[in-house]
Amino acid sequence: MTPAIPLSARDLVVAAVLVVLDGALSVALGLGLHRQLAVATLRMVLQLLAVGLVLRAVFALASPAVTLLVVLAMVAVAAREVAARPQQRLARFGNYLVGATAVALATLLTSVLALTTALRPSPWYEARYAIPLAGIVLGNVLNAASLALDALLGAVVGARAGIEAQLALGATIGAAMRRHVREAVRRGMLPVVNQMSAAGVVTLPGIMTGQILAGLDPMEAVKYQILLMFLLAGGSGLGAVAAVLLAARRLTDARHRLRLDRLSPQ
Amino acid sequence: MTPRLRLDGLRSALAGPFDLAVGPGECVAVTGPSGAGKSLLLRLIADLDPGEGEAFLDGAARSGVPAPAWRRRVAYVAAEPGWWAEDVAAHLPPAGPAPALAAALGLAPALLTARVARLSTGERQRMALLRTLLGDPPVLLLDEPTAALDGESVARTEALLRTRLNAGCAMLLVTHDLALADRMASRRFVMRDRRLAPA
Repeated sequence: MTPAIPLSARDLVVAAVLVVLDGALSVALGLGLHRQLAVATLRMVLQLLAVGLVLRAVFALASPAVTLLVVLAMVAVAAREVAARPQQRLARFGNYLVGATAVALATLLTSVLALTTALRPSPWYEARYAIPLAGIVLGNVLNAASLALDALLGAVVGARAGIEAQLALGATIGAAMRRHVREAVRRGMLPVVNQMSAAGVVTLPGIMTGQILAGLDPMEAVKYQILLMFLLAGGSGLGAVAAVLLAARRLTDARHRLRLDRLSPQ
Repeated sequence: MTPRLRLDGLRSALAGPFDLAVGPGECVAVTGPSGAGKSLLLRLIADLDPGEGEAFLDGAARSGVPAPAWRRRVAYVAAEPGWWAEDVAAHLPPAGPAPALAAALGLAPALLTARVARLSTGERQRMALLRTLLGDPPVLLLDEPTAALDGESVARTEALLRTRLNAGCAMLLVTHDLALADRMASRRFVMRDRRLAPA
């Protein structure tokens, strides 16, 4: 499939003049950004070219094993992000385990559902569909899971006295943690709710814009975007809930105790 | 006679082992320097910190009782009480003898519906004791219950605790106040190097 208006290398060079303009602004205004700007631009171009080449090769291979491997590698990178963002850390690689489980679960469930029901490429795991879909879902799941995890770990450390006061009065650990669990899941899901409210009014979502530029009928592009938003909403909710419940499990025990000793010392 | 509370080799990675028996109506005081492990002992008995060994309430082993049920009966009142809502009322059952207890502790009735943030340190300390006493626990683990109180409030709190002792409650009282320990307790221990020694 070729886009309606193919881009040549010269077209890209012309657009790159805008980045050079940014660099000139940095020098003229003494922003000290030009070095970083140059490095970031170069990185962006090289990374995207590399991804393009890899994807082309993977699509051509049409091997389910290779597709799965690529998706798993993406999940691993996302899990690292989820683990690294919160200020507090669960001991013994807890953040990584929680992040990886939550991200993998939410992404795979959501992507497989879309591939087997709405999109139905044949076969359903065809790399051309599976990899980009998993990628975009992953980005949102990552965001939701890391926000939720950060919120829970931060809240529990801050509210230790209140939680233990409830426990000392005979509350179950579930009751004592409930407010914080709920608030953390909420925090994780909020971005996707905002994203849905703003879609099309404040911003034209990237995927839709890309498809329209590539020559697709706007209504077709909109249908894709709506499907995608549903997937992102579902993935975010699953990712946030999974991250929070898994982390809460690690921070409590069967004797209804709050186990902050299972957080790594800062 | 079966002691109300008995500790049998109770220990954690941080403190113990502790062996102790407290009879019904008895108050045992624990004194000692800050950081010696006095609060750790109370938390360990309340099962808030993981540990080994066993504790018994009226002869029944803690390990056979769900933790929330144990903590309702063997009630720990922290030196710095925790709160989980903005209003005092959210920390109390909707009905019950809270007004009578508040009066006994010298707390104005209006404080029962105030914001927690409006209470002074001493008022919070008494309010935390109040919400625990509402559950009528047979064992009280009290960590510095009068540290932030003025003389009159100390007297009122002591008098209320004494009525609980007379009703058969067993008390473990952690305090820096030797005079309070002498007034309330029949036996006193000193916490040294995270172990109990007779005073």
